[in-house]
Amino acid sequence: MTALIFLIFAGIAVFCGVSLVAQTHPIASALSLIGVMGSLALIYLQLGGEFIAAAQMIVYAGAIMVLFVFVIMLLNAGAEATSRQIPLLNRYLGMFLLAAFLGLISFIIQAMLPKTEGVVFGAYMGGTAAAIGRKLFTVYLLPFEVTSVLILIAILGAIVLARREV
Amino acid sequence: MDFLQNFLILSLIKAAVVAFVLLTTLAYLQWIERKVIGHIQLRIGPYRVGPHGLLQPLADVVKLITKEGVLPSHVNKFFYLLAPFIAVVLALISIAVIPFGPQITIGHVTTWMQLTDLNIGILFVLAVSSVGVYGVALGGWASNNKYSLLGGLRSSAQMISYELPLALAIAAPLLLANTLSFREMVDYQSGYWLGFIPRWNVFPEIVGFCIFVIAGFAETNRVPFDLPEAENELVAGFHTEYSSMSFAAFFMAEYANMVTVTAVATLLFLGGWQPPFPEPYSNFIPILIFVFGGLIAVFHGLHPARRMDKFTLPATGLVFLGIAALFGLSLFVPVLKTILMALFWFCGKVGLLLFLFIWVRGTLPHFRYDQLMRFAWIVLFPLAIVNLLATGLVVALTSK
Repeated sequence: MTALIFLIFAGIAVFCGVSLVAQTHPIASALSLIGVMGSLALIYLQLGGEFIAAAQMIVYAGAIMVLFVFVIMLLNAGAEATSRQIPLLNRYLGMFLLAAFLGLISFIIQAMLPKTEGVVFGAYMGGTAAAIGRKLFTVYLLPFEVTSVLILIAILGAIVLARREV
Repeated sequence: MDFLQNFLILSLIKAAVVAFVLLTTLAYLQWIERKVIGHIQLRIGPYRVGPHGLLQPLADVVKLITKEGVLPSHVNKFFYLLAPFIAVVLALISIAVIPFGPQITIGHVTTWMQLTDLNIGILFVLAVSSVGVYGVALGGWASNNKYSLLGGLRSSAQMISYELPLALAIAAPLLLANTLSFREMVDYQSGYWLGFIPRWNVFPEIVGFCIFVIAGFAETNRVPFDLPEAENELVAGFHTEYSSMSFAAFFMAEYANMVTVTAVATLLFLGGWQPPFPEPYSNFIPILIFVFGGLIAVFHGLHPARRMDKFTLPATGLVFLGIAALFGLSLFVPVLKTILMALFWFCGKVGLLLFLFIWVRGTLPHFRYDQLMRFAWIVLFPLAIVNLLATGLVVALTSK
């Protein structure tokens, strides 16, 4: 059952990922990206990372991508014109070579990595908000604070840059 | 009864009941809104279809289904058809994590009056509502019409802006209760201070509650923040080009969002299904209300002002007295009492907040767009941050 659900959402994620690159219209690409994020969130949920799943939906799919879509709409960007026709032979040969290349790389990585145990769905319990909060404010306090300062600097930078325009 | 213990079948039954009740509520919410606004404006509202227009929602459904669904020639077909679907699905899905009452045991089947409890329930509602904006934004863009596009743009800007104060207002009661689950949130609010003041979050968090309700108005695109569909400037905003069922889908999504926002406000701030008075007294409140309402209806039925009052008012009175008798009976049947009391208080609070939404729509004019944005960023957002900091300070000082 869990494997089936995983396969469904992994399939949707890959499909949306391919569609993201293949679509010519920016809005369609943006929506495909949201599809990727949504299915990734569901896979996180299945792995026990509840908080990460919710954060993925709220921050990425909900806030950042809305801004993307907003800007695309504001600029009213149309479908991208494909100028150059790729010869048929090149296209199919390219696909085949790309598949072979990716297969080779994944084979090498798998051979080099140490053997790990398979993932068991529902075995990991450290993904709740409470557990993550405790880790953030004890073990990972310094990286957390450094990241916060970094984001604060970025916000200040954005304000300064926007001010100069006015 | 053994098959009821099967998780799947029990969940299916509960989902069917909740979906049926929710959809009926959505249809009648529109009737209530038209009636209330009618009376606010000294009209009588829908009156022709059925007694006091009670069958109006049915007639509207038939009308919307049988209307021709026009597909304008200049739209982006795929996204045009996808947008209402996204809007309505994401609006209806939040109800799955809303609890209506405590744990109940019927026979030997024990279940919660809730479809499912996530321990990130509150984040789930936030996530779904933040993705819900795509329905409106896409609908506006795909219609290929400048009024629709403006409506969609306004809506996405407005929802991003008001989501911040909304989330910050939610964070304050979360700090108090130290949980993200709706059930535990309601459990935290049980009991009474000094024996009679309910321990609801609304008393320590009155500022947070006000911010939440105001941002809730903006999130659901309601007056005074109805700029995405401002009728006098944008025709009908993002749904100008929609007709028939796809229009109805947007309409339904708006009402479903209203129900979600009020239910979340009830659960986070108003104690969910916890009664406002201590146990023995709170049991008599619904009986008193229904007996009183029933008696008034019967009295006016006996002294009719209009011709049909002779039949309709006594009938209404009898229904009210019947409900009162049911509540009276429930005092002796513990299971029935748990269900009825929880439903009464939960629906009562949600209903009052929904009435507030309608009341505001009948009373206030709407903002100008720059005022709306300034209000979110200069007033609500800093206020929500100060409220959150103050709450955090109090929690830090009082916790052991």
